[in-house]
Amino acid sequence: MAAVQDGGSELEGEKEPKPELMNDGSTAPAAAPSSRPEDQQTLLAVLQFLKRNKLIESVDALRREAGLADEPEEAPGSEAAGGAGGAAAGSGELGDAGALLSRVSGGSQSAAAPAPAKGGDDQPDVSVVLSAYSQQGDPSLYQVYYSGLKKFIESVLDCHRAELSQLFYPLFVHMYLELVYNNHESEAKSFFEKFNGDQECYYQDDLRVLSGLTKKEHMKGNETLLDFRTSRFVLRISRDSYQLLKRHLQERQNNQIWNIIQEHLYIDIFDGMPRSKSQIDSMSGSLAGEAKREDNKTKVYYGLLKEPEIEVPLDDEDEEAENEEGKPKKKKPKKDSMGSKSKKQDPNAPQQNRIPLPELKDSDKLDKIMYMKEATKRIRLGPESLPSICFYTFLNAYQGLTAVDFTDDSSLLAGGFADSTVRVWSVTPKKLRKVKSAADLGMIDKESDDVLERIMDEKTASECKILYGHSGPVYGVSFSPDRNYLLSSSEDGTIRLWSLQTFTCLVAYKGHNYPVWDTQFSPYGYYFVSGGHDRVARLWATDHYQPLRMFAGHLADITCTRFHPNSNYVATGSADRTIRLWDVLNGHCVRVLTGHKGPIHTLAFSPNGKYLASGSTDGRVLLWDIGHGLMIGELKGHTDTIYALRFSRDGEILASGSMDNTVRLWDAIRAFDDVETDDFTAATGHVHLPDNSQELLLGTYLSKSTPVIHLHFTRRNLLLSAGAYNSQ
Amino acid sequence: MAEERRQKQCSVVLPSESMKAMAESMGVGQLQEDSCVALSEEVSYRIKEIAQDALKFMHHGKRRKLTTSDIDYALKLKNVEPLYGFQSQDFIPFRFASGGGRELHFYEEKEVDLSDIISTPLPRVPLDVSLKAHWLSIDGVQPSIPENPPPATKEQQKAESTEPLKAVKPGQEEDGSIQGKGQSGTSAEVKGKEKLRMKPRSTHELSVEQQLYYKEITEACVGSCEAKRAEALQSIATDPGLYQMLPRFSTFISEGVRVNVVQNNLALLIYLMRMMKALMDNPTLYLEKYLHELLPAVVTCIVSKQLCLRPDVDNHWALRDFAARLMAQSCKTFSTTTNNIQSRITKTFTKSWLDDKTQWTTRYGCIAGLSELGPDVIKTLIIPRLTVEGVRIKAVMEGPVVSNIDKIGADHVQSLLLHCASVIAKIRPAPDVVDQYRTDYGYLGQMLCSHVVKARTQAALQAQTVNRTTLTITQPRPSLSVSQSGGVGSSGGSRTPSIIKVPSSLTLMSTRPATPTQPSPPATKYIVMATSAGAASTQQVITLSSSQSSSPVTSTVTSVSTPLQPLVKLESGGGAVAGSRPMQKYIVVSLPSSSSSSLEHKGGATATSPIAIETTVKSERSESPATHTHSPH
Repeated sequence: MAAVQDGGSELEGEKEPKPELMNDGSTAPAAAPSSRPEDQQTLLAVLQFLKRNKLIESVDALRREAGLADEPEEAPGSEAAGGAGGAAAGSGELGDAGALLSRVSGGSQSAAAPAPAKGGDDQPDVSVVLSAYSQQGDPSLYQVYYSGLKKFIESVLDCHRAELSQLFYPLFVHMYLELVYNNHESEAKSFFEKFNGDQECYYQDDLRVLSGLTKKEHMKGNETLLDFRTSRFVLRISRDSYQLLKRHLQERQNNQIWNIIQEHLYIDIFDGMPRSKSQIDSMSGSLAGEAKREDNKTKVYYGLLKEPEIEVPLDDEDEEAENEEGKPKKKKPKKDSMGSKSKKQDPNAPQQNRIPLPELKDSDKLDKIMYMKEATKRIRLGPESLPSICFYTFLNAYQGLTAVDFTDDSSLLAGGFADSTVRVWSVTPKKLRKVKSAADLGMIDKESDDVLERIMDEKTASECKILYGHSGPVYGVSFSPDRNYLLSSSEDGTIRLWSLQTFTCLVAYKGHNYPVWDTQFSPYGYYFVSGGHDRVARLWATDHYQPLRMFAGHLADITCTRFHPNSNYVATGSADRTIRLWDVLNGHCVRVLTGHKGPIHTLAFSPNGKYLASGSTDGRVLLWDIGHGLMIGELKGHTDTIYALRFSRDGEILASGSMDNTVRLWDAIRAFDDVETDDFTAATGHVHLPDNSQELLLGTYLSKSTPVIHLHFTRRNLLLSAGAYNSQ
Repeated sequence: MAEERRQKQCSVVLPSESMKAMAESMGVGQLQEDSCVALSEEVSYRIKEIAQDALKFMHHGKRRKLTTSDIDYALKLKNVEPLYGFQSQDFIPFRFASGGGRELHFYEEKEVDLSDIISTPLPRVPLDVSLKAHWLSIDGVQPSIPENPPPATKEQQKAESTEPLKAVKPGQEEDGSIQGKGQSGTSAEVKGKEKLRMKPRSTHELSVEQQLYYKEITEACVGSCEAKRAEALQSIATDPGLYQMLPRFSTFISEGVRVNVVQNNLALLIYLMRMMKALMDNPTLYLEKYLHELLPAVVTCIVSKQLCLRPDVDNHWALRDFAARLMAQSCKTFSTTTNNIQSRITKTFTKSWLDDKTQWTTRYGCIAGLSELGPDVIKTLIIPRLTVEGVRIKAVMEGPVVSNIDKIGADHVQSLLLHCASVIAKIRPAPDVVDQYRTDYGYLGQMLCSHVVKARTQAALQAQTVNRTTLTITQPRPSLSVSQSGGVGSSGGSRTPSIIKVPSSLTLMSTRPATPTQPSPPATKYIVMATSAGAASTQQVITLSSSQSSSPVTSTVTSVSTPLQPLVKLESGGGAVAGSRPMQKYIVVSLPSSSSSSLEHKGGATATSPIAIETTVKSERSESPATHTHSPH
């Protein structure tokens, strides 16, 4: 198994001519055959599994694939991007691993366990996976091994200590699991008690899960454990530090630890200065260690799409001008501003037709024009001119408000409740009306000018409409951009599409069998994304009852989903404390962002599509540069889970709302400007985060025991926030 | 400590006894110990797993509290049938029972009579969800409206006024963006220390709503409609958003007093003082910064020569008393070593009191102001002056009639001075000889003597009832513990004895009648009921204020109670230490075996020193048969 991987793919070239310390000629050919049987073993395991589950077609497909190419692209739904890339890049390094292994263990104890499934495999065979732990070693020696390593790491130079300290946690977990797996319960307990205090505080939650697990039988159904086992814990260590560690382990003949490093860890070695403790801390914390560097190498077209209707409204101008007076005057400046914006095609933007987008309807064009009109009245925000905040408080929400969404034009508000209802309010004087019944519609004069007005039933006008249909708490709601539809996702595993014309349910999308935590419409409509407890994010189109794409790769619940402004990418935040960015076109995972220390509950793209902000239960907002895949900022200040994040319309201000009853405003421009992303940092991904949260914080607004669960900037940059008053 | 907690995390398992109990409830007797252990480990693990899943639902439900439905959904995730019948928004009231060496927590399911349910009227339909919009911030400044929390908490206001040089706290600097802007703007030029020294500028702009509010409130406070005034005062005392208006209110009061004193408008002065009281009662306001305006106004109301047009008829004494109490309250709350309010006030009072030419009205005010400041002040400042004052009163009372006003004044001063009796009762040893008193205190001696005797009997009564209910007063430590024997009463069965904190300098009794003001909020109220076998019982309501300055008020109410009532009923808000709750009520009912014995003990209990009280109390407890009457019937 490829346990140690040197460098990223771009370093490959430089490495070639350099004489490798461990990669002497004899081992390289030896390694190649050794990798074959292992791959085959994996394949066999997968085939066995498929057969057992009567997935004949898949078996055939896999057979064919395997027969053609030796590259095992295993099960359907495998995380292709990272996995394939990793495998390709890793094949060269297999030699290193094999060589190292034979050297350390004297060849006799080479990866004895049947090879576990690859990292990308989604459906690991539990017994195969677990049997990797069935190693024989003296259980009483585990503590000695661990404390020996601890002593060594504590004795090394400061610059290496921080890096090598990363080893503690994964080693601790795997050693503990090995002890448990081999039924050494009391040893496991004492091992846990002795060393769990050493672990970083941000692993507390996982340790708590781990502490409950004391029996081999428990390991079977435990997802956290499976995550740990199936995904290799990724560590990023500088070459110097790694050499140091290797030498130490070789000297001590410390096979136990070496085996764990070989089989369960993935050490991403880089050349250059070892990272400092703060650098490491800022990136670590996710369930499976840091992201591999090559995971974030794919090019992301983060630019915005060209406004497709630039020419169109000009043609339609006259017709539309008739509908609303004062329009012709407004047209001129609007045209200019639009022209300047889309004069040159953004080099980072994807092809206009990279993914098919729905055609614009007349009503959409009207809306675009409204948007332009509003945009001219938009307030320029900045540290000197903060937005006004209007707070929509839900009173008497005994049943529990769980999700809120505003339409883009801020005319409607939807709330999802724990009592399975979805309620839609009109926050403008215009009341909500249903379309008349079919019989009544037949009597309408279809030729009349105000036919759209006539089809509405005046008798049903009310400020609030309740949508019944779900059978569990509604955890996500999202309006379509054209305000005709509403999506809601619920604990009952369905996503429902509601019509805001008839206020009835149109479709129930079934696919997630578990609670669906979040759903969101694409900014261009038609598509929507959902994610839930089953760890798979799905991309749907409203006219397909089956998902178009499945994004698999997260190791825990997907807690929030967001569309990129250009609709070509989807970001998902997860309880495994990572954020992933998926390409809608091919379903590949193009970014893995680690650094959060708690489940991520909200995401927000900056309006220019370049940056991503994420908020989690740890009360921190992290800022990411999507193009480079780098963390570029950390905003500390909230004291509880952040449930809402939103950039102002021009991206100057980031607003965050939290369970701690506050709305905070941050200087986004400065946050992005303060970070210098030169080529070096971009290449290594080691960013020094400036600790300037206090300076970036522009305002804190405390509400009266009302947690803030949604934020929205109107088109004129007024900030709307929503939450339910909590009387206790 | 964290280490310890973590270790616990690792090893917490359900006790195997629970498994046995559950097995028995399922009809499985004789479960092997090994099976129990294995089961409990398995069950504990599964429970932890479910709890971890349930947490996810809590987080997505945007709540901080785990509910039963979260558990149900977590079970559903695991394909387990959810628990039916545990639908509760609040905590589930598990009952505890023990017996036969077993302890059991169970969920009590009451049998419900369906006909009852049918016959009871339907409960009120809960209000539907509604949406309300308000401005959380306008151009970066949070408006002070009831929908928003108070801009600055009391602690912040306090810190701001007592330690203005402290660096601006993160929560504080966002008071308004104007301020924030000022900082960010100046930070370029002003660096380091200088920036820290800058006292945060606070803006006192009032919104239109606030101005309207101010107008309405002030009009209502001094207007003629009493109901409106009560409402306005209520608003001042409770509204959280008045911080910005405080300077205006302060000026309003001080100016109002200045004007109305000159015009001798007693009613308005009373209204203004009530306003001041309401401001002080507001839990979100910290008045320290405005005392320079407010205190002179209060002092004026205490010591002014004339407060009303007809000093012989109008009861301006009540205003003086009220203002004196206000003064005592502000001394207690705001006096620090830096502002020395209490000593300054004391000095002011003493100085004008010592002046021979002082009018009786002012004299009364000074004494009232001093006596409200607590027994220590009475002891050191008033008691030594009793003789001198006696001479002066005598001159007015028995001398040639000068004026009616002087006589009334002297009369009031006299009755005020007699309040010192309770303090004297404490500092003088027991035998109260009238002649002795006369030599010590002159003209007032005789009356003082009788008051002291009265005070002592009441104290003795107090001690007795205290003794009967085994209430131990441990002096001089500032705590008063109420302890009970085993299973006293049916309601208080499992309660542990609670400790009531009482200031060390407490006088258990005061002869002063109930005053119009309420004692400061964190007061403890004891209702001590003493029943003489079947006869009329006296019920005393002793309000023990935790403030040192204001003396407790005892009112004695006579009532008849049946002898078979529960003997001791202890009502306490959760049995916690008093003081944390606004008001704690102890109803102590005691039943002595005979009325004669109580009389007997009275003599013994009139000991003067607190320690003596304790000893007698203790000895009585051992002798008195009354203790036995506590066993539950």
